[in-house]
Amino acid sequence: MQFYVDNFGLFRDAFLTTLSLSLLGGLLALVLGTLLAAFRVSPITPLRGLATFYVETFRNTPLTVVFFFIIFGLPQIDFVIGFFPGAVLAIGLYTAAFVCEAVRSGINAVASGQAEAARALGLTFGQSLREVVLPQAFRTVVPPLGNVLLAMVKNTSIAAGFAVSELSSLLPRLVNANAGELVLVLIGVVVGYMLITVPSAFALHRVERRVAILR
Amino acid sequence: MRITRYAATMAAVGLVLAGCSSDAGEQAEEAADNTVEVQENVDFEAGTTMAELAEAGSITIGTKYDQPGFGLLNPDGVPEGFDVEVGKLIAAELGIAPEDITWTETVSANREPFIQNGQVDLVVATYTINDARKQLVDFAGPYYVAGQDIMVAKGNPEGITGPQDLAGKNVCSVEGSTPAQNIRDQYPDAQLTLFDVYSKCADALTNGQVDAVTTDNVILTGLVAGNPDGFELVGKPFTEEPYGIGLELGDTEFRNFINDVLEESFENGDWAAAWDRTAGAITGEEAPEPPQVDRY
Amino acid sequence: MSTPVLFDLPGPKARARIRIGTIVGALLIAGIVAFVLIRLNGNGQLDPQRWAILTDPRSGVPQALGEALLRTLQVAAVGMVLATALGLLLAVGRLSDHAWVRAPASTFIEFFRAIPLLVVIFALYFVLPKFGLEISAFAALTGGLVLYNSAVLAEIFRAGILSVDRGQREAALGLGMRKSQVMTLVLLPQAVRRMLPVLVAQLVVLLKDSSLGFIISYFELLRQARSLVEFFVPRFGNEYTFQIYVAAGLIYIMINVLLSQLAKYIERRTRRNKKAAAVHELPGVEDGPTGTPSRTGLSTTTT
Repeated sequence: MQFYVDNFGLFRDAFLTTLSLSLLGGLLALVLGTLLAAFRVSPITPLRGLATFYVETFRNTPLTVVFFFIIFGLPQIDFVIGFFPGAVLAIGLYTAAFVCEAVRSGINAVASGQAEAARALGLTFGQSLREVVLPQAFRTVVPPLGNVLLAMVKNTSIAAGFAVSELSSLLPRLVNANAGELVLVLIGVVVGYMLITVPSAFALHRVERRVAILR
Repeated sequence: MRITRYAATMAAVGLVLAGCSSDAGEQAEEAADNTVEVQENVDFEAGTTMAELAEAGSITIGTKYDQPGFGLLNPDGVPEGFDVEVGKLIAAELGIAPEDITWTETVSANREPFIQNGQVDLVVATYTINDARKQLVDFAGPYYVAGQDIMVAKGNPEGITGPQDLAGKNVCSVEGSTPAQNIRDQYPDAQLTLFDVYSKCADALTNGQVDAVTTDNVILTGLVAGNPDGFELVGKPFTEEPYGIGLELGDTEFRNFINDVLEESFENGDWAAAWDRTAGAITGEEAPEPPQVDRY
Repeated sequence: MSTPVLFDLPGPKARARIRIGTIVGALLIAGIVAFVLIRLNGNGQLDPQRWAILTDPRSGVPQALGEALLRTLQVAAVGMVLATALGLLLAVGRLSDHAWVRAPASTFIEFFRAIPLLVVIFALYFVLPKFGLEISAFAALTGGLVLYNSAVLAEIFRAGILSVDRGQREAALGLGMRKSQVMTLVLLPQAVRRMLPVLVAQLVVLLKDSSLGFIISYFELLRQARSLVEFFVPRFGNEYTFQIYVAAGLIYIMINVLLSQLAKYIERRTRRNKKAAAVHELPGVEDGPTGTPSRTGLSTTTT
C-alpha cells in the first residue's frame, strides 16, 4: 500500500493523461468517422473512393506505424506537431476508420423503406441522411461504436512509445526505479485502465438498453 | 484485378530499385570480421558455475539491443557492440566460442528478474552498478565508466553548457532509464520528453521537437557519429555510471573469475581491441584508460 | 449495395455536376499528393539511394524484413487458430444454462476486454517467471493475443448465435437433439458463417496486434524495422528511418488487404452453397462487404 501512497501523484497524472487522450481522440474519431461514413454512402464517386481508401489504409496499418508517421513523418513535409496533439491526432485518425465502418453498418441496417419514404417526401440526400437515416443508425450503432471506443481507450497505450506519459509509460518508469515491485506497478496500471473501461462498458449497456428499438 | 495491378506496380518499382545500390549495402560489404581467441583447455573446480558452463559448452548472456556502440542487433539478427565483445571475452575464457553464446535481449524491466530466475547466466547491458541493484544481484566489473552528458543541435543554438541550463528546455531521453531519473531528481525544472529508444530522440532533435538529448556519453557519441553535421556533444559529463556485469546474488566464485578475466583483458590489450572494433569504430575515438575493478 | 436508396440515380444534369465535382476533387487530391512529394523531395527523402536499401541484399535489409514478416505470420497464424477456438468455447460457455459455466466465462471475457493487450503481454512475459513459469517471447505474445482476442471473438460469436432465428433452435430441440447437438450442428455453423466478415476484420486486428511483440523483444516485422533503424542511426543518422518504416507499413497493408480479399472469396463460395443461402434470406439481415448483420449490431474491436 505504501508503494501506491508514495507514487499516487504519478498514477493520478498518468491516469488523467490517458483519460484526456481517450476523450479528445474519441471526439475526433466520432466527428471524422461519421463524416467518412456519409462519404461512403454518398452519390459522388470520388468521395466514396476517398473514404474507402482512407478506411482501408488506416484499418490495415498498425497504430504504431500511424503514430510514427504523425510524429516523425509529418516533419518530413515540414509540419511539426507537439507530442500530445500528435497522439490525439494519431488515435483519432486511426479510430475514425473503425467508427466509419460501424456507422456505415448502422446506415445499412436502417430499413430501406425509411430512406425511400424520405426520398418520396422530396428530401435531398443530405436531408434524408441527417433527418431520417443517421438518427436511427446511431441507435443500432451504439453497441459496435461502444466497442470501437473502448478499444480506443486501450489503444492509447501505444502513445507511451511516443513521448506521452500515460498509464503504460509507468511500467518502464516505475519498474526501473523499484525493480522488486513489478507486480504492484502492473496492478496499478491495470486498475487505472479499468477505472475508465469498466464504467464506460456499464454506461454503454445502459444506453444500449434505453435506445434499443424493436423492429 | 486491383490487387494484381497493385502488385505489378510494386514489382516494377522493386525492379527499378534493385538496380541501385545503397550506401548501407556498400558499407556492409567492407565490414571486417572480428575474432576472439577461445581457450581450448579449461579446467575449473567441480561444482562452480564456471565448471558447469564450461561443461555445457554454452552460455546465455543478456544484453540490450538498442544502445549504439554497446549493443545493437545487426540486420543478420546478431548483436554487435562493446557489451557483446565483453561477453565474448568472458565466454572465451570459459572455453565457449562466440557462436555457442545464446544472446537474449534484456531491457531495464527484466535484467534483475532474468538473473534471479536463471534465465540468463550473465547480463552485460550498459548496466549501472548501484546500491539498490546490489541488493538483488551481484556485479563484476566495472568494465567501463560512462557519464551522463547532453547532446544538442549543431552550433548549440540554445546555448546549453551543462545540466543547469536545461531548466525550461525540452530534454529527450528514454523512459525507465537511469539518466531520465537523474534529470527528474536533480534538475526538476527541465521538461522531459521520453521515448522508448534513443533513435527517436535523435529524430526529435533533428526536427526541433526537443532542445537536447541526455543519456550516457557513450550512447550520445554514437548518435553524433551518425549525424556529425546535425548534432554535437556538450562534452561535460555530470555523473559517473560504472557499467558492471550482473550475475546471480552470492555467486562470489563466478564474480571473482569474471573480475580476473576483465583485469587480464585490461592488461593484454583485448579490452582495448574490443573497444576499437565496436564503439571506437563508430566514433573514431581511442580506447580510454580501463577502469579499476571493484571487488566489493 | 444493389440500387442506392438514399439518392436517385443521377440524371444528365446531376451527372454533369458530379463530373465537375470529380475533376475538382481529383485535382485537389493530385495537388495534395504533389505537395507532399515536393516537400519530401525538398527534404531529400525521395533520393533513390535512400530507397535502394530496401532492395539491396548487401545491406541485409530485405532479408531481415522477410524473416521478420515470417515471424509475424507465424505468431498471427497460431494466434488466430487458438483465439478462434477459445472464442467459440467462451461464447458457448457464456450462453450456458449452468451458472457455474456462465460466470467464469463472463468474467474472463469482461476482464480481458477491459485491459490493454500491451499490458497483458507484458504481464505474461515479465510476471509469470516470478512464479516459476518460464515463458518464451513467442509463447507470451501468442498467449496475449489469444487471451485478448478470444474475449473479443467470443462476443462476436455470441451475437452471431443469438441472431440465429429462434425457430431453428426450437425445431432442432423438437427433433429430439440434445442441447450440445443443437449448438454444434445447428447454431454454431450458422453463427460463424454469418459473422464471417466481422470475424475476419478481427483477425486482421490480431495480425496488426502482433506488432506489440516489440515490448517483449519478439522480432516481428515492426520491431525488426525499428531495430534496423537503430542499427543504421549511429552509421548514417536518420538517412533510412523514413524508408524502412514506409516499407513496414506497406507490407502490413498488403498482407491485411490479401487477408480481407481471401475472406470475401470464401464468403462468396459459401454463399453459393444452398444451405448457407438460407442464412442470408433471413429478414432484417443485410450486410455490406464488411458490414455487420443489423440485429446483432456487433462490430470489431480495434487495437
